[in-house]
This record gives sequence, C-alpha cells and structure tokens, in this order.
Amino acid sequence: MADTPLMTEHEEGLQHQFADMQQQLNATSLGMWLFLATEIMFFGGMFLAYLVYRYWYYPEFAAASRSIDIYLGTINTAVLICSSLTVVLSIQAIKLGKRKLCVMMLLVTILFGLAFLGIKGKEWYDKFEEHHVPGTSFNAKDIIEKYPQLHVEPAPMQIFFSLYFAMTGLHALHMVIGVGIMSYLAFYTWRGHYTQQYHNPVEIGGLYWHFVDIVWIYLFPLLYLIDRKPLR
Amino acid sequence: MATTAVTAEREHYLNTDYGIRSWLLTTDHKRIALLYLALITVFFFIGGFFALLIRLELLTPAGDLVQADTYNKLFSMHGQVMIFFFLIPSIPAVLGNFLVPMMVGAKDLAFPRINLLSWYLLVLAAGMMLYCIITGGVDTGWTFYTPFSTAFSNTHVIEAGLAIFIAGFSSILTGLNFVVTIHRMRAPGLTWSRLPLFIWSIYATSIIQLLGTPVLAITLLLVVFERAFGLGIFDPTRGGDPLLFQHLFWFYSHPAVYIMILPSMGVISEIIPCFSRKRVFGYGAVALSSIAIAVFGFLVWAHHMFVAGISLYSAMIFSMLSYSVAVPSAIKVFNWTATMYKGSLRFSTPMLYAMGFIGLFTMGGLTGLFLAALGIDVHVTDTYFVVAHFHYIMVGGAVMGYLGGLHFWWPKISGRLYPEWLGKFAALTVFLGFNLTFFPQFILGYLGMPRRYWQYPPEFQVLNVLSTAGSTILAVGYVLPMIYFLWSMRYGKVADPNPWGAAGLEWKTPSPPPTFNFDEAPEVTWEAYNYDEIPAPEEVPVG
Amino acid sequence: MSSEHVISSKIYWGIWAALICLTVITASVAFIDLGPLNTVVALVIATLKALLVVLFFMHVKYTSEKLTKTVIIAAMFWLVLLLLLSLADYSTRGMIHAGMP
Repeated sequence: MADTPLMTEHEEGLQHQFADMQQQLNATSLGMWLFLATEIMFFGGMFLAYLVYRYWYYPEFAAASRSIDIYLGTINTAVLICSSLTVVLSIQAIKLGKRKLCVMMLLVTILFGLAFLGIKGKEWYDKFEEHHVPGTSFNAKDIIEKYPQLHVEPAPMQIFFSLYFAMTGLHALHMVIGVGIMSYLAFYTWRGHYTQQYHNPVEIGGLYWHFVDIVWIYLFPLLYLIDRKPLR
Repeated sequence: MATTAVTAEREHYLNTDYGIRSWLLTTDHKRIALLYLALITVFFFIGGFFALLIRLELLTPAGDLVQADTYNKLFSMHGQVMIFFFLIPSIPAVLGNFLVPMMVGAKDLAFPRINLLSWYLLVLAAGMMLYCIITGGVDTGWTFYTPFSTAFSNTHVIEAGLAIFIAGFSSILTGLNFVVTIHRMRAPGLTWSRLPLFIWSIYATSIIQLLGTPVLAITLLLVVFERAFGLGIFDPTRGGDPLLFQHLFWFYSHPAVYIMILPSMGVISEIIPCFSRKRVFGYGAVALSSIAIAVFGFLVWAHHMFVAGISLYSAMIFSMLSYSVAVPSAIKVFNWTATMYKGSLRFSTPMLYAMGFIGLFTMGGLTGLFLAALGIDVHVTDTYFVVAHFHYIMVGGAVMGYLGGLHFWWPKISGRLYPEWLGKFAALTVFLGFNLTFFPQFILGYLGMPRRYWQYPPEFQVLNVLSTAGSTILAVGYVLPMIYFLWSMRYGKVADPNPWGAAGLEWKTPSPPPTFNFDEAPEVTWEAYNYDEIPAPEEVPVG
Repeated sequence: MSSEHVISSKIYWGIWAALICLTVITASVAFIDLGPLNTVVALVIATLKALLVVLFFMHVKYTSEKLTKTVIIAAMFWLVLLLLLSLADYSTRGMIHAGMP
C-alpha cells in the first residue's frame, strides 16, 4: 500500500542543522509544544477579561449567554471533535503507509473545519441581525424584555458580546489558519512528500489542530452554558 | 584561493557569498545577527533623537520648544522605539543569534528559516512604527493606558499597537528558537552544568519571551479592536475596567524588563571571568538565579499599579513579592564581585563596561526596592525617581552590557580588532555621561518633579540642565563605537581566533567563523570557565 | 514525536465517543438547576474532554518525553498565575480602606 517515497541524497527530510533525524523530530515536536504554550497565554489574556467581567456582571452575562444559540454551539463542538478524530486517523494512516487514506482523512478534517466556520458565520450573522454587536447600533432591549426576572442592565451586556466576538473571532482565525495548514499537508502528502518513513509535519500540524479544538472545548461552556436553567 | 599580502583568503560566513540576496535570504544565524544589528542600531538613534528633543525641551522650565501634545508624543515614541525596537531585541537577537549555536556546538539554530522570519517580522513592525511616527505619532505613553488610548487619544494608536503586536511575534519566535536549540542541539558532553552562563541567561530570557509576550499581544489587539470596531472591554461608560488593561499590560511589561536585563547579565558573566582569569564564583547559584529571576519576575507586575486603584491587600502581596525578586539579582552581583576578588584583572574595554554595569545595575536595583515599598512609592511614583530608576537599569545596565558584549565578541564577529584606546575612551564617556544625565533625576524625583511633564517649576532647572548636559556627553559616547566599529571592519588589525584568551566553544572557531561554525561537531569534556587551563594572552589586543 | 507507536483505531473511536457523550452531557446538564454547581460541572467536564484530547489524540500518554509534559504543565501554571494573582486584586477591592473611617 505504501507508495515509493521521494529519494534524496541524504536521509529524506533531514535538515542540515540537525545531527540526525531523531534530533530533528525531537526539536520540531518541542518547537510546536512551545508554540502551543504561547497560544495558551495568548487566549489566556481574554480568559482573564472574561473571568473579571463575569465576576462583576453575572446577571448580564447570564442573560446575554442565553441569547446565543446553544444548539448551534453544541453541534459545532461535535463537529470539532469529529475533526480531531479524522486528524488522528490521518496520522495513523500515514504511519501504516496508507497515503491515500491519509489524504482523505485530511480532506474530511478540512470539511469539518469549514463546516465549523460556516455555522459560526451563521451565528455571527444572527447577532448582527439582532443588534447584539457592540458599538453604536447595539441594542439589547430584546434580551431585557425576554428575561425580566434577571434584572439586567444593557451596558455590561455589551461587554459580554465584546468578549464573545473577540474570543470566537480569534478562535475562528486560528481555525482558518488550521484549514490552511491541513490543506498544505494534504497536498504534499498526496504528492508523496510525506511518507511512512517521514511524516513528522503531519503530526506537528495535527497538534496545532487539536489545540484549536481544546480552546473551543473551553469556550463552549464559558460562552454558551453560563445559565440555562429554566426560569420561574 | 586569492592571497593578500597579509593572510590567505579563508572562506568564512562574511565572504562566502556576496550580494544583497545572499543577505536578505540568508538562513545563517550569524548573518541574521548582523541584519538585526543594523536594524536596531537605526532605531536606537531614532529613539535617541526623541530623547535629545525631550532633554532640549527640559532645559528650560517653560514649555517653549514644542507644544504639550507634541511632548506627549516625544516621550511615548521614545519609550516604544527604545523598548520594542532596540532593547528587547538587542542582546538576544544580535549576540544571542550569533553566539548561541556556537556556544552549544551546533551548526545553526534549530529553525533557521523561522529565525529569518523573526527578522522580517521585526522589519515589518519597524516599518509600521516608522509610518506611525511620520504620520503624526502616538501620545499615549509607551504604556497605552485605557481609556485614553481606546477612546480619547487622537493619534495613531492602532498603527503603533499593531506594530508592537507584530514585533512581539518576532520576539516570541526568537525565544522559541533558542529554547529548542539549547534543549535539543547541545554538543556531546555539553551537559547543562557545563554551559556558559550566557546560555543560561538567554534560556531564562526566552522563557519570559515565550510566556509573557503573548499576553501583551492579546492586550494590544484588544485595544486595537476597541478603537477599530467599538468593542467595549476597557470602556468605563459601558462597565469596563481600565485597571484590567493595566493588569494585562504589566503582566508582560514587567517581565519584559527582565527580558532586557537578563541577557546583559549573561554577557557580564562571560566578561568578568575572562578578564579576571578565574572561574565564576558560584556557577550554580548564578545559573539558577537566572531562572529564578525569570520566574519571580512574573509575580510582581502590580507594583506598577500601587496608586492606580488596586486593592490594598493585593498591593501588599505584590510589594512583598517585589522584594523577593531582588534576591537572585543580588546573588549575581555578589558572585561577580567574588569572581573578581584576587583575580588577575585586566581593564580592557569589555571589562570597563562590565564593571560599570555592576555599579550602575546595583544602584538601579536598590532604587527599585525603594519603589517596592508602598509608603515610599506613594510619594515618588510617576516622578523622575522612577525615570532615573529604570534608566539606571536599562541604560546603565542593559545598554552597557550590550556594548560590552559587542566589544568582547567583535573580533569573533568581524575578524578585526577595534581600536582599544578609543574603546576605553568611549566606555568612560558613556559612564560619565550616563551618571550626569540620570543621577540628577533621582534628586528631581525625590523633590517631586513629575514625569511626562513638559514644563516644570523654576526651582528644578539646575538639575534639569545638568541632566541635559549629561545627555550630550552620553550621545558622544554612543556615536564613537559606531564609527570605530565600522572603521575596524576595513582598517582594524586582523584578529586571532581567541584574542582575549577566553573560554567557550565560540573561541575555538576562526575569527570570523565559517558558515557552519565547526568542521566537526566538538565533544566537550571540560567544565565552563576553565581559566586555570587557558593561558592569558601575552599582549593586550589593541587593534 | 519520537514514538513510532501506532495506536489501534479502537482507542481513537472510543475517545471520540467519550468526547461526544461528554458534550451531550454538558449541554443537557446546563438545563438542570444545580445552583453554583452548574459552573463547576461544566468546567470539570470541559477539563475532562481537554485531557482526553491531550493524552490520547495528542499522544502525550504515549510519549516518553518528559519535556513535553513539563511544557504543558508550565503553560497551565502560568495561565493560572495570571488569573489568580489578578483575582487577588479584584476579589479584595473595597476590603481595607487605608486611613479612611
């Protein structure tokens, strides 16, 4: 099942600054994990903002959270989980020398990623329609009227939505980059650059994708599930 | 092979390829280091130009050179340019890039192309910053405090914020490269405890760059979003907290000052043992202190916010933590001094800078402790006392370490010796000019002159005049090395592989080194700073 | 990754099923009134899901590299540092009034 790998003069894929392939694999893996650590701190700043304002304005956060679509959010969470599965299946495939299966799994991953972005786009569109976008045209009267029991002020709800757009927006940007990375990997695997013998970049790209999934795993409850209990 | 009258033309990293493409598309860490050197030198003089204008304005009590709004822009851009486009890159991107692979016995960094990308990111950021400066600048202070920066300033906050955002990624990628290289590419036999202390410092610096800079990135991005898209996270009229910005900003910007000083400390740890012909006293303590400074440095940020409105409980916590961070710095100062004790001292230019560093850094560090005391800080915060404190560390400390390092490794970098007597003269000029510029500012702050003010009461004029006079002397001291380093590249004496008789793998290569540093991977069987085994050079290199 | 370990698909599909189940659970539990426990449950489930992804999909369970685990723990620790020390300010504001009655 394995296709003939590209032949080069020295070991395939070995870069000149490394003593041997094992050193290269160790280095690139560490490099990606360190990069993910920086991403944790990058998103972390927004998590602090979220924490502070949820602590200050719990009723407004609860009310505003109810206005975003929990069903679309849950479906999107499932979509990303499926995409992480297809990523690991693609890596398993190339490790077993199954190049075509690997490419297929990467393409399905991309499809899931695009589906996620499409659903997110719909959610954003709904927010635009409902005037829940922060700024001069912001109007949360509909939320106040819908939940009179929660006694909320309009101004802090803008903060929720500011964070909503900032956090999901940056997450979506990372998804777009992820789709780009997966496309690159799919193309070069299809061309035979990545093989059973050398497929380290596919694993490294997979790590990035899983990280973006994990960010969403936290965003989902923090944004969508603040307070959904039935109101009296 | 072409032969000159003096030496045979050996191939090395400078002459291996000519032409602008071979420089702009290089992946050789040594060439990239020089690309950085050129870039940050330009910005050093831009930042210095702003400083000169500030000092000129402050010659007289009245605001008569520039308008108040312009003065705000001057100190803001002086800070942003000096911090993000000079100090933060300086030693890591120039000396670190050049030396780290050689010091660990590798052919290059772990990710050479990412290294080049780091430089291009800084170029892009620098271009944006220049655009911002030329089209009118920014007046928020380098600190971008909200809601002024988000809602009220009429200047180019978005451009400046994005420029620094991009510069931040340059910094992150450099740190990433160093950490991976140091962990994964050390030569056989080079255990952690045999590494030069410069490597320990760069490693600690890189940790800070990796974990702190992303928080600055998101913070500036949120400021840009607020200005550009009307998000309301820092807007008090919509329930936002301006202090949230300050927490996020200082979470990076305090550790950032350790990004600026740790590499300098690493340079000092290389210079002192060489010019004392002795091992470093307490190698382990100095190495661990670097890590301790990096870690503790993340625990103290709110000492910049003591009077901003944080709770008194948290102010007390941060005050106590700020005292703790002084301990590892003090350990280093004691150990450097103990290294010099009973050493065979030689006062070449690098050693002059190193000794200046120890004195000035100690003063800067001690005054930091004064500021960490809540009771004192209430009186001197936002005065010239703070300005003097951080300039003692960043200029008297970091810049002197940078210059000392440039002189120390110049023979390796260029293959030439700089003129030693001019080097000594410039070092002394810098030292004198620096003290005359900044010592009066301690007194000014203590007497109550606020910082960032464009005019002041007449009783402060004498001290301000002294400070301005000092700044002109300091400027001379900075211009001189630029001139003689350039001169030496053509007319300087050709350097030996190891003119100082220094320890370290980089000195085992020719000066300048070949592109891939070592013909064979070295194997290390000796401890660091084995000066008992290395003979001192017979004559002092004089260029 | 230094391990050439190939894990069986069964494990991957099993983890996938667990993740989907946990997602359904967390969304459903949100509709039940548990008071302050709602938040705790949601975050515990999210952390469980994240752990499954990190350990199995990102292969951290199967790697012999201590440094990988150190990097992950360090990043989490630094994030917690940012959150906790900032909250030290926010949660104690207004508690002591210096000098004022």
